Amino acid sequence: MPGETAGSSGVRFMFAASSRRAPVPLVIAAASGALLVLLPLAYTVIQAAQVDLAAAIGLLMRPLVGELLVNTISLVLATTLAAAVIGTGCAWLIERTTLPGRKFWAVLVAVPLAIPPFISSYAWVSISPDLQDFAGAWLVVTCSYYPLIYLPVAAALRGVDPALEEVGRSLGQGSVSCFFRIVLPHLRPALLGGMLLVALNVLVEFGAFTLLRFRTFTTELYAEYRIGFNGPDASLLAVVLLLLCLICLYAEHRVRGAASYARVGRGARRMASPYALGTLTIPVIGGFVILTVATLGVPLGMILYWLTQHGSAAISPVEVSVPLLVDATAASLGLGLGGAAATVVVAFPLGFLATRYHGPFITLLERTAYLAQGVPGIVVALALISLTVRTLHPLYQTTTVLITAYVIVFLPLALVSVRAALVQAQPVLEDAGRSLGLGWVAIVLRILLPLAGPGLGAAAAMVFVAIVTELTATLLLAPIGTQTLATQVWADTSTLAFAAAAPYAAVMTGLSLLSTWLLARRFGATRFLAS
Amino acid sequence: MLLARPRWHAGAPSLPRRWGVAVAIGVGMALAPLPGSASDPVTLTLYSAQHHQMVDLLTQAFTKETGIKVRVHSGEAPEIANQLAEEGDRSPADVYFTENSPELTLLDEKGLLAKISPATLAQVPARYSAADGDWVGVLARENVLAFNPSLIQENALPASLLDLAAPDWKGKVAIAPSDADFLPLVDAVVALKGRAAALEWLKGLKRNAQVYDDDEGVVAAVDRGSVATGIINNYYWARLRTEEGASKTHSQIHHFSDHDVGALVNVSGAAVLKSSKHQNEAQRFVAFLVSRPIQEMLGKGDIDFEYPLATGVPPNPLLKPFDQLQPPDISMLQLGDDRQAAQLLREAGLI
Repeated sequence: MPGETAGSSGVRFMFAASSRRAPVPLVIAAASGALLVLLPLAYTVIQAAQVDLAAAIGLLMRPLVGELLVNTISLVLATTLAAAVIGTGCAWLIERTTLPGRKFWAVLVAVPLAIPPFISSYAWVSISPDLQDFAGAWLVVTCSYYPLIYLPVAAALRGVDPALEEVGRSLGQGSVSCFFRIVLPHLRPALLGGMLLVALNVLVEFGAFTLLRFRTFTTELYAEYRIGFNGPDASLLAVVLLLLCLICLYAEHRVRGAASYARVGRGARRMASPYALGTLTIPVIGGFVILTVATLGVPLGMILYWLTQHGSAAISPVEVSVPLLVDATAASLGLGLGGAAATVVVAFPLGFLATRYHGPFITLLERTAYLAQGVPGIVVALALISLTVRTLHPLYQTTTVLITAYVIVFLPLALVSVRAALVQAQPVLEDAGRSLGLGWVAIVLRILLPLAGPGLGAAAAMVFVAIVTELTATLLLAPIGTQTLATQVWADTSTLAFAAAAPYAAVMTGLSLLSTWLLARRFGATRFLAS
Repeated sequence: MLLARPRWHAGAPSLPRRWGVAVAIGVGMALAPLPGSASDPVTLTLYSAQHHQMVDLLTQAFTKETGIKVRVHSGEAPEIANQLAEEGDRSPADVYFTENSPELTLLDEKGLLAKISPATLAQVPARYSAADGDWVGVLARENVLAFNPSLIQENALPASLLDLAAPDWKGKVAIAPSDADFLPLVDAVVALKGRAAALEWLKGLKRNAQVYDDDEGVVAAVDRGSVATGIINNYYWARLRTEEGASKTHSQIHHFSDHDVGALVNVSGAAVLKSSKHQNEAQRFVAFLVSRPIQEMLGKGDIDFEYPLATGVPPNPLLKPFDQLQPPDISMLQLGDDRQAAQLLREAGLI
């Protein structure tokens, strides 16, 4: 491999901890992915730093910032707690009790993750415009994000050694006491990790809050954009939001890394004997029905309802027609495919480097890529707009910029799966290929891709779904004349034209559900959804 | 199941090839430049802050008449104005069509606008266009107070817009400070009462008002009874009234009188960008906007609820006759360019 012979002493020093030196081109490819993530972060901070100190203090200390902090933090707390209760409750009832139809509920409870929150808010707002502000926002984002807690907690419950609980019970603990004193502590890493993911998602959510008219940092950044296109003031607010996100991300990293309560004995895995629900069976099923109606029934039902209604010309931005729907669908699919391919291409060298070589620099690169999880789409979009309108003008308003935004925002999502796929393709086989005289191109094409292909495909498919349902970056960066399903739903809903939005919402939700179903069937619901 | 069987034989494996193709498509898409950037000679780029449905109607009619295609970039008025200012002479835009005069004033100050042809300017009374002929007025809209009669009696409504900052209006008024239509109102209060009074007024509104993103949200909130009154442009109420029908509309509108600042009339205008490479086609589009058939179409239809500015064209019958309005005595030059308004909104904590 050309890179290995070209290895300089510098590279050798950086990778001192690894047994083999990473080829330089691979390191460069991986580093450029990580740098891409740093780009909007650095640009936002630099822009904010250009505001002079007195003005910056004035802008940051204004009453609105305090209000946004209160709004944002109280919603994050309320949502995270509600999602923790619902997610853990569902997981325990499904995994550990005699609830009838457990497999059925296990699927239904996870599906809401495939419905974008701004579609749920569209549905709720169109039933009752009163569901706005805090209550509406709380309801919608809790319904959208509780599976982020349900899935890891359910997985953790399956991993807890039933013997511990049996010991507890034999010592006279009741089921409730057992849950709080034995089971819950074991769920702590999964539960806390899930809660922080929920918090992070609430912090970066934009579309749902705009439609629900709840003001958070993201909606306020958009308001600033509407009033002044892209002033330095907005970047100050963006820095505050970034800080909140990065704190969450850091906490999540700590929680995940810190505790693990793995069982010591590896023995045969068995299920704990389930608790009998007895007379509680009917109320519990009632609870699951209510949850399903709120999380799936309302969004899907309202889309169907509005599909049958005729929109008025006065309100509908543009009369819905088949060609328009086809155009928007094609635009969404095209961007989804292009963005997914580009994201996996950028994630691949990072994943390959991280799974095949070790060293502090490699860890740094990988962590930098995961940093993107804490960078809200609106911050990425605003930074890319400023950067291209001022410095990289030939790229301004091009599809390239939008795809770049997708790559940055969804790199962590892709990297998780790419990494998993590459771990499963054993390096020994590559070595065998090399020893048989294959060049690196042949090794990639004939060994790596066939082995890791399905996993890479899963990564691409996940990014594809995420892009098709993405709103913020698409809204701000779509080239002139490009309308996607998401931007159409948004344009119609913000002028209260619910009937006009319905066909676009239906196609988008259909695509998302279908792709998610195919993925879950192929790769298993937990592995796919939880990552 | 995840592990595909390794292929050791020499034949070209199908999976990599499929992936190669997918990757090639993706990279190709990522690198593909913006379509239609100058390749065909007659596609105008319109930056629009006007309502989609109206712009859609206008551009279709224009293309039908002239064969010139129009691609549209839409956004909020001050956003687009600042975007054009930032893009400067590299802007892809040929024409800017917006809701309120301050955005055009801003671009005029920056020297980004080309002169409108005299024949076009002659279609509209001179006081509704730029004094220097850099943009032309197309439509006008009146600021009003929407109210819900089940929550407040008509005779309890304020005589002046400025009264809404008084303590007894706490919780009874809705505003949309980040809507493009709110900024000119602030400009007008500054022009008539001074900066300090405008700031006091905004601070009062901050204490009293429920804040929405846009006028659509305000009028919907008033109509469903979430709040007693809301400051909007008449456009939004007329549109809601058309959508819901008379029987289902629960709100009414209150016109400020006696030349109160609340009765401000905003001019929605159009301009040709100096940087446009299609000056003739752009001038033609602007002339088309103020041409009599188009102005009459806008006055008659149930799509737009603004006053056509071409002399002698009647507006939508839902609107109060134009000559009965009593707007404040303030010129568009006095209204300024929105920058001070945005600053004041920040100081008051509204944005």
